Amino acid sequence: MTAAIVVFPGSNCELDVEHALGLIGVDTELVWHRDTDLTGFDGVVLPGGFAHGDYLRTGAIARFSPVMAEVERMAREGRPVLGICNGFQILCEAGLLPGALIANRDLRFICRPVLVVVEQTDSILTRAATAGQVLRIPLNSYAGNYVAPTTEMLQMEADERVVLRYCDALGDTTSDNPNGSTNAVAGLTNAGGNVAGLMPHPERAAEDILGSADGKILLESFALSLNDRAAASL
Amino acid sequence: MRFRISISRKSGLADPEGVETARALTDLGYSGITAVHFGRTITIEADDGSTAATVTEMCERLLANPVIEDFTVEVLE
Repeated sequence: MTAAIVVFPGSNCELDVEHALGLIGVDTELVWHRDTDLTGFDGVVLPGGFAHGDYLRTGAIARFSPVMAEVERMAREGRPVLGICNGFQILCEAGLLPGALIANRDLRFICRPVLVVVEQTDSILTRAATAGQVLRIPLNSYAGNYVAPTTEMLQMEADERVVLRYCDALGDTTSDNPNGSTNAVAGLTNAGGNVAGLMPHPERAAEDILGSADGKILLESFALSLNDRAAASL
Repeated sequence: MRFRISISRKSGLADPEGVETARALTDLGYSGITAVHFGRTITIEADDGSTAATVTEMCERLLANPVIEDFTVEVLE
């Protein structure tokens, strides 16, 4: 199984993702955002960073990078598509995930570990985790405040597509919301469960030496989904 | 042709900059501030022949995010 990691001008987490996925046995290949053929990849990761300088809006210009047509194809085909931080913002701009990410409530760049609770496990991001599990993963963003029109938000909650929420040490999602995200959304998935985005960086919490290995369970979930796709296309 | 595009956050959605600025204005003694909304202005210069309809399409596709923003297009000259 092989995952593509898209590199936009301004991406800066692609090597961390490559390293962290490598630790759990996933082969990866970095692909440039102008590439137009991702044939042969079982899934794709849009990593964190500041694609195209975050000009206009975060993810707004990246969403039209040539490679995005292939990302959209893979999403349509049910392949695992994962957006981390800036990658999540790009997936929202592309309409592959609902809503948008705006400036943090307190207008500060947040760079520290936060707690998130696994809300549901029917996604490429959480299938190896347990509902209710609390994970400690770093957040590293200015525009991490999730918003969506009320009707869309209600629909998403009814469909149980919020997979991760910010929480306190007891898993309570009504306190310790670091950035003001609506309903404390930290990560969500599409209706098919194969496209997922999250603001915290699992690749930065994927081995004990980093202070937490909690993010590994999310990357392992992604790896399982890649494996399924690889097996299906044999 | 020149066009001026005004983009604003849809009402009802969170606007952290607006909330914080309203608070600061109130702190400065300006009473009665009920809301502050930030937006963005983009001016586009194009060859003659471009129309407001084209610029509107640009807004819908790239310049504004229809999920969270409203926009207006004004033809300047």
